[in-house]
Amino acid sequence: MFDRRFRRKRNGAVEIKITEDERSLLADLIDQLRELVLSTSPEGEVDPSLRRLYPAAYADDIQHEVEYQRLMRDQLLERRLSHLDVVETTLNDRELDQESLTSWIMSINDLRLVLGTHLDVSEDEESLLLEDDDPQQHQSAIYHYLSHLLGELVEVASN
Amino acid sequence: MLFSWSNATSQSETEVESVPVVTDDETPAASADEDVPWVVLVWNDPINLMSYVTHVLQKLFGYSIEKATQLMLDVHNKGRAVVSNGTREKAELDVFRLHEYGLWATMQKDS
Repeated sequence: MFDRRFRRKRNGAVEIKITEDERSLLADLIDQLRELVLSTSPEGEVDPSLRRLYPAAYADDIQHEVEYQRLMRDQLLERRLSHLDVVETTLNDRELDQESLTSWIMSINDLRLVLGTHLDVSEDEESLLLEDDDPQQHQSAIYHYLSHLLGELVEVASN
Repeated sequence: MLFSWSNATSQSETEVESVPVVTDDETPAASADEDVPWVVLVWNDPINLMSYVTHVLQKLFGYSIEKATQLMLDVHNKGRAVVSNGTREKAELDVFRLHEYGLWATMQKDS
């Protein structure tokens, strides 16, 4: 039996019980995501697996959409980076305050969005059950781990 | 590298933009006010966890667990739900906050 990784204490802080391996995996993933969101191709485009991080705001209005992205996209990137920074600086802490907890939740979901897009996750869960020798097996395992971690974080945040 | 430029190129960037326009009558979440012409929609997607969507709706809009859960189920079962409404400025802010949480949100004039 595994204990829960996160537990709400009486003073409101959230105690973290994750292994060193988990912490170093998360540190590595955070590094990679930061590098990815900051990189562009020689043509100035972002990686296709980032598309879920920047959805269109105006579904049926190109003119407003262009203006919205011009004003807001960099702000959204800054917010994402600041949450990644918070996770990085609190990764070895024993407990999280409410604000750090929110950053963990957002960053881990960002990781799932990018990895899920990369893996082309569909509603059909079966599609992620890959053969052991599939090169995406490792990514798929990490995706499922992050889903589990996020589920626990959301549960403790809702209490 | 876990994420890379390599093999994700089959995904078209335009997929996200091709959100179908809702033309049928949506009932805004709290639409007693006739003067609120913009609605914010959240669309179903295969990645975001149901518990996560419920959590975000509670957190951002102060909805009860019952209301947030119902909206999440509407998103899941009907493909979308109107989660807030208001002026264009308010709708843009709500969309931004939802995007910050990674939800697939769009805004449009109420029809």
